Amino acid sequence: MATEAHGAEQGGGLSFHPMDQFIVKPLFGDGPIAWYTPTNVTLWMALTILAVIALLVLSTSRRAIVPSRGQSIAEMAYGFVYKMVEDVTGKDGIKYFPYIMTLFMFIVCANFLGLLPASFTTTSHIAVTAVMGFGVFFAVTILGFIKNGTKFLGLFWVSSAPLALRPVLAIIELISYFVRPVSHSIRLAGNMMAGHAVLKVFAGFAQVTAIAPIAVLGVTAIYGLEVLVAFIQAYVFTILTCVYLRDALHPAH
Amino acid sequence: MEGDIAQLGQFIGAGLAAIGSGTAAIGVGHVAGNFLAGALRNPSGAASQTATLFIGIAFAEALGIFSFLVALLLMFAV
Amino acid sequence: MATETQEAVGEGLADATGVAAHQAGEAAGMPQLDLSTFPNQIFWLVVSLIVIYLVLSRVALPRIGAILAERAGTITNDIAAAEDLKARAADAEAAYDKALADARSEAQRIAGEARADIQADLDAAIAQADADIAERTAESEKAIAEIRAGALEAVNTVARDTASELVAALGGTPDADAIGAAVDTRIKG
Repeated sequence: MATEAHGAEQGGGLSFHPMDQFIVKPLFGDGPIAWYTPTNVTLWMALTILAVIALLVLSTSRRAIVPSRGQSIAEMAYGFVYKMVEDVTGKDGIKYFPYIMTLFMFIVCANFLGLLPASFTTTSHIAVTAVMGFGVFFAVTILGFIKNGTKFLGLFWVSSAPLALRPVLAIIELISYFVRPVSHSIRLAGNMMAGHAVLKVFAGFAQVTAIAPIAVLGVTAIYGLEVLVAFIQAYVFTILTCVYLRDALHPAH
Repeated sequence: MEGDIAQLGQFIGAGLAAIGSGTAAIGVGHVAGNFLAGALRNPSGAASQTATLFIGIAFAEALGIFSFLVALLLMFAV
Repeated sequence: MATETQEAVGEGLADATGVAAHQAGEAAGMPQLDLSTFPNQIFWLVVSLIVIYLVLSRVALPRIGAILAERAGTITNDIAAAEDLKARAADAEAAYDKALADARSEAQRIAGEARADIQADLDAAIAQADADIAERTAESEKAIAEIRAGALEAVNTVARDTASELVAALGGTPDADAIGAAVDTRIKG
């Protein structure tokens, strides 16, 4: 059936399958996907874990005072996230640094692994990013109530605004607060998915000989942009997590 | 090229939703341009505000991503 | 939609998505919205995050933190050691300068002494020479005076003898006393 459909389409001209790269399929054989089935998600997440271990554990195994190249990268990543947490969240956010570092390393490694040709981008799936986004949302909200009690609700009561405006602002703040996890997760998934789909569309244009050179140049340019986006989105996800954490720890406006 | 009127509507809607991505691009450019203008006026304060810059860009871009998502949903999911 | 995709999954995943399926009349949709794969993805994501968290919090982060702290300590120590060495170098330079100045003043002193010695020797030699010269001069003058005295005596004797001979030759009797007096007056005169 699939071949029929593809064949019919190829008869009609170009064949684009920009979303095919995001299909989740079992690693071994066909069949329904249960929650435990090893799929390509499993494979690429395992590779992500290996990449994290290689970057942060294996490269630092020599514990050299004068760092090698790999150790420099590990130290740079550590210092980058540590400084971000310290700058955005403040000194009392440091104890949540391992969690934020976990998120950052997972996202950045998954994004870069997804840029390999013929790979599967785990972070382009809303299921994945939504778990992380809502996880951050619930963790931060619960933490805010534990740390501040009912004073956490002061986050929605803008005391600097005129009294008449405050209920309106409170509703807007409340809505924007609950939109946070949605935008937080869809931003990452959407960026990854859009970039990879655009790459695929440009690659599809390369089937036409006349515009193939332009299409290949386009693929190259978009790929460069995607390398940038892969890092920036990990950075943005992490820094927004820090911002939400700061709101939870210091809810006063 | 046969198809029904619903498919026509889907594709037109997806195309319209894609305009939203372009407007988000305007927003991102606005954020970055204003940051650059401010940074050139006061270069010493610029380095401490790059985090704010990225947060602003992320918020502006998120809405564009929403419209892109609407386009995708119209194309593939409806 | 979920049931449809479920069926599609059952039939084979390759056609579960994309424009092709769409044009074939199936509302398969985006793979991202295929709810049947969500439990799988979420399960493996949670497993991955837990594994990464354990690796980071147990091994990687303490190790990197220790490395950075150790390096900071080493750098502080090195800077202290470098300052110590710098101070020692400054001391050594001061000592060298002092030794150089001492040596220079010593050399000047020795040179001065040598000059003074030589001057003294020279002065002594000059004095000796002067004394010699003076002595010789005195001797010479004395000799000249003796010669002159001898010559005067000889002149006196010759004059008396000559006078007495002349007196005798003229037929007189030479009076030795008178002649002597006359000669003396003449010579003195």
